[in-house]
Amino acid sequence: MNPSTRPERKSRTSLRARSLAIGALVLLAAGSVTLQAARDRHYSQTATEARLMYLQSPGVADRLALEYDALAADVYWIRAVLHYGGDRLKDPGAGRYELLAPLLDLTTSLDPLFQIAYRFGAIFLAEPPPGGPGRIDLAERLLLKGMAASPDRWQYPHDLGFIHYWQAQDHKTAAEWFRRASLLPNAPEWLGPLAAGMLARGGDRQASRQLLMRILEDAEHHWLRQSATRWLRQLDALDRMDQLDAMLARYRAQLGPPASWVDLIRAGWIPGVPVDPTGYPFELNATWSTTRLSPDSPLTPLPEELRR
Amino acid sequence: MSLAAVCHIGVHVFKESVRDRVLYNVVLFAALLMGSSFLIGQLTAGQDVKIIKDLGLAAISLFGLFIAIFIGIGLVSKEVEKRSIYALLSKPVRRHELIAGKFAGLALTLAINIGIMAAVYFAILAYYGATELENVRGAWEAPAADPRLLIAIFFMYLQLLIVTAIALFFSTFTSPLLAAAFSLGLWIAGHFSADLKAFDQVVDAPAASALGRMLYYALPNLSAFDVKSLVVHGQQVPAGLAAINTAAAGTYIGVLLIASALIFSRRDFK
Repeated sequence: MNPSTRPERKSRTSLRARSLAIGALVLLAAGSVTLQAARDRHYSQTATEARLMYLQSPGVADRLALEYDALAADVYWIRAVLHYGGDRLKDPGAGRYELLAPLLDLTTSLDPLFQIAYRFGAIFLAEPPPGGPGRIDLAERLLLKGMAASPDRWQYPHDLGFIHYWQAQDHKTAAEWFRRASLLPNAPEWLGPLAAGMLARGGDRQASRQLLMRILEDAEHHWLRQSATRWLRQLDALDRMDQLDAMLARYRAQLGPPASWVDLIRAGWIPGVPVDPTGYPFELNATWSTTRLSPDSPLTPLPEELRR
Repeated sequence: MSLAAVCHIGVHVFKESVRDRVLYNVVLFAALLMGSSFLIGQLTAGQDVKIIKDLGLAAISLFGLFIAIFIGIGLVSKEVEKRSIYALLSKPVRRHELIAGKFAGLALTLAINIGIMAAVYFAILAYYGATELENVRGAWEAPAADPRLLIAIFFMYLQLLIVTAIALFFSTFTSPLLAAAFSLGLWIAGHFSADLKAFDQVVDAPAASALGRMLYYALPNLSAFDVKSLVVHGQQVPAGLAAINTAAAGTYIGVLLIASALIFSRRDFK
């Protein structure tokens, strides 16, 4: 053998070995992915719903987090958002939201200055099903915890007032919370007159609309703007239902009770099936000749106190 | 003590850490922060800047901790294991200068690492602040690239210098594995030391509460250096706390370095 060709041959052998190794690597990687996909197809594991919390005690969580408590609070905050969002996207009525309160409690214990966690938590904890668990008591407890951590923030008593006004429909307690909020530093000027007006007039729709418009104007967060828009649409729906009910009463008096909207359309009273501000058709209660919201409408349920 | 000798050793320790690719963690840090900032926006209901701030501060602290412990524990013991200590001590360098130089070198490594990570952190936050809508920025508790974050980073650096001194102290008389375990243990205990002060409220024995109080003053109170949560929410850190923390860190490090030098000077390498 010619000695001069030896290094060349060695290099060729090494190149071949490397190519073989790379080829084997690609083949094995492709095989691994294919096997994984085949296993998922034929022997898929039963998915277990991870609706549990390993840490229940805020005190223990705070200790375990050492100096990373703010980051741990972020993790629990993301879990709270995902839990709420996940349950909200389920079929109406299927959402349980049972972890929302403990997750928010852990978040706010790990980071007591986490303002959005108190505000988001309280609004959505108080939201009646299917949009939330309807736990006004837990919402109140969370906001009181926020007030204890930051007594100078007007937003917490304001939110307490709002929850008492809109969800609990207790305008006297609401007015008291709005009054307390108005006394805190940097509180908007409209809070004081709002509290006084609410005490004088009670919870009428006009006062509600004024309050919601203020919330919409001042809302710093996208989710709060979205909620305020929804609440305003609920008021619009109530107004529209009042108009329709008045028309139905006139129809009933002149032509007898209508069986469906079709009777009114045929009589030329309405151009088509009336819809709520989200586009869902109103339902007609043929027995009482009254209008009601579709159970599928995102505006369900309407605040009963304001349906007068 | 010869300052020139200390500086010489310090620069050498820094060069060695660069050779050991310690600065690679900066790339990892930047990738982590940039990657997470894109993901976080989708999940956090408007709290992305707060979470990026928290994540960045936690990452700087964790990366710094790993550097402080895992390089600190090898500063002396590695020289002994490799027997390069004989060559070092045959030079006109006294043992306490070697300890001071090793500490200064790792302090420099940490300062440069944290400095670069802080620059990347502020660049990402500034980008975030500049590209966000005006009304969204108005909803933030504090600006994105808030200068107050620098206070938290400075406190973190002080805390890491204490950890470095602890690791160096253990490195002078025990194996790297044990030194790592002890240093990590002290770092964890340092976050609970405030509980020791209130030991008398949970234990009725005066001796036990006296021991708890003694340990409280002996252990470093590392939780006092943690102001991350405050600055992220845009709250002021009292100027007095900055002065006390700096002085406390200085004295604690001084005690540890003198103890390390004393132990090291009595070691027999025959």
